[in-house]
Amino acid sequence: MSAGHHHALYLPGDTPVHRLPPQCKLIAAMGFAVAVVATPREAWGAFGVDVLLLAVVAAVARIPPALVLRRMVVEVPFVLFAVAIPFIGLGERIEVLGVSLSLPGLWAAWNILAKATLGVVASILLAATTEPRMMLLGAERLRLPALLVQIAMFMLRYMSVILDQARRMRIARESRGFVARDIRQAPVLARSAGALFIRSYERGERVHLAMLSRGYTGQMPVIDDLPASWRQWSAAAVLPALALTTAVVARSLV
Amino acid sequence: MHVPDGFFNVPVSAGAGVVAAAGVAVCLRRARQELDDRTAPMAGLVAAFIFAVQMLNFPVAAGTSGHLLGGALAAILVGPATAVLCVAVVLLVQGFFFADGGLTALGVNITLMAIVTSLVGWAVFRLASRSAPRSRTAVIVGSFLAALVSVPTSALVFTALFWLGGTAPIELSSVAAAMGGVHVLIGLGEALITALTVSSVLAVRPDLVYGARGLAAPLVLRTADGEVAVEKPATGPATPPAPKRGPRPILLGGGLVALLLAGVVSFYASSAPDGLNKVAADKGFNAYERPHDLENGPLAGYGVSGVEDERLSGGLAGIAGVGITVLVGGAIFFTVRRRRQDKAVA
Repeated sequence: MSAGHHHALYLPGDTPVHRLPPQCKLIAAMGFAVAVVATPREAWGAFGVDVLLLAVVAAVARIPPALVLRRMVVEVPFVLFAVAIPFIGLGERIEVLGVSLSLPGLWAAWNILAKATLGVVASILLAATTEPRMMLLGAERLRLPALLVQIAMFMLRYMSVILDQARRMRIARESRGFVARDIRQAPVLARSAGALFIRSYERGERVHLAMLSRGYTGQMPVIDDLPASWRQWSAAAVLPALALTTAVVARSLV
Repeated sequence: MHVPDGFFNVPVSAGAGVVAAAGVAVCLRRARQELDDRTAPMAGLVAAFIFAVQMLNFPVAAGTSGHLLGGALAAILVGPATAVLCVAVVLLVQGFFFADGGLTALGVNITLMAIVTSLVGWAVFRLASRSAPRSRTAVIVGSFLAALVSVPTSALVFTALFWLGGTAPIELSSVAAAMGGVHVLIGLGEALITALTVSSVLAVRPDLVYGARGLAAPLVLRTADGEVAVEKPATGPATPPAPKRGPRPILLGGGLVALLLAGVVSFYASSAPDGLNKVAADKGFNAYERPHDLENGPLAGYGVSGVEDERLSGGLAGIAGVGITVLVGGAIFFTVRRRRQDKAVA
């Protein structure tokens, strides 16, 4: 996990993809990811079709490719691991440019790279076209436990507050001359973490009291209703359906 | 590092998804008991804290730094059920909003990082801190050990999942060694940070540490008449009595498992002779064997006579056996219970 990717991916816009209800987009993204994982790794054409599908979605949603590429950086640690597999893999070895590589390892590396990349791009497109709060409401419509959705909502609401507090603590440490050189400075950081926990917990208690004094009875009131029509569901289903068809065709051909 | 799509095959991803969903469902119920109606805001804030603290880079040596996973820390600070929920929410948010971790690998990620680390951490913490007299030092040492064990255990579960359905053809022992080795080191770092963080919270607000409940000394009031020890107020909400669900789910579930084992799995059992048969053959006293009186019965030898297909014959015999055992055993227990109830009434 690299620090610094805590800027939300959402890119406001008014495209057909943005207008789709969030529960449709969630199912579409997950269905696409499942179809990609089910695709046999030898099916180059199927992966090409998947890339095309994502490109079409990105074009319709007017997401600039630079944004997608920048956020794909998150994938880098696993790219390194995937690249290492042919070197340390088992099985028959072949010569590539004078270097002995494992053939099953090469296939496995391609498999992981292709599927992970497609999955990441699908997630990026989903996050870029769906407001975080809407995504959680969509998850609630999909029968995700209400308590879990509420916890996620509170987490989202206060995430930037807590992160800012952590950032201010860091600035305070550094402006008092703290430099984290080695493990002996760890107690200072642990004290910051402890203080952050106490502040977060006490904030949580204050939030709960504020909710009680506004009439909270344990259930959050339902304000937004997110109906999704058949047309919207079918529009969203196009992506995973095409990907699934491609995967099934590829499986039958292999 | 979160597992991406394509790293595990479909059955393992789906199976881990089921495990993750079940674990989160159980913890949702328990968390309500731990926090009652405060659960949503409190757990949400703690989840935000875990997200923030995962970004804190702790210096390890010249140039390198590590960061916290937080499962064991969360379990000690807010209890195991809430901890599982918080880390699971963090992983869900990271997966859907930051594209960190594959959508199909959410089950694996939640199982590894939320369920295994928090529950193993809590178990080790309870073991460690209860084996010593209750004190702050015991809590701190317990949290160190909890974090130390939770991280390599998570790596071990990862290796087991990799053995079951990893898509990379790497020697399992090298995966185990690499993952285990690296994660023991990471566990050391996490243990140190967890222990230090818990100790800093204990120093300021010991009542906020779930693992240190019951450490507070009772309040003593000194009045003109002498000292009066005030009863400690009940910590936490009164747990509502769990609704009785009766034995039906267990009976149904157990019956299903028994039928599956007897009817299907039994075919794949080892055909090597068991201990007694082997010793009898080796020592030669199987020559004294006499045929069983009911040898020509319909289910003799765990096969249905008249059914040619071996698998079907064995499977049917197994199912028949389970059915007969349930009926006879149930009748006996029912009769015994009735007699006990009658005796009690009389």
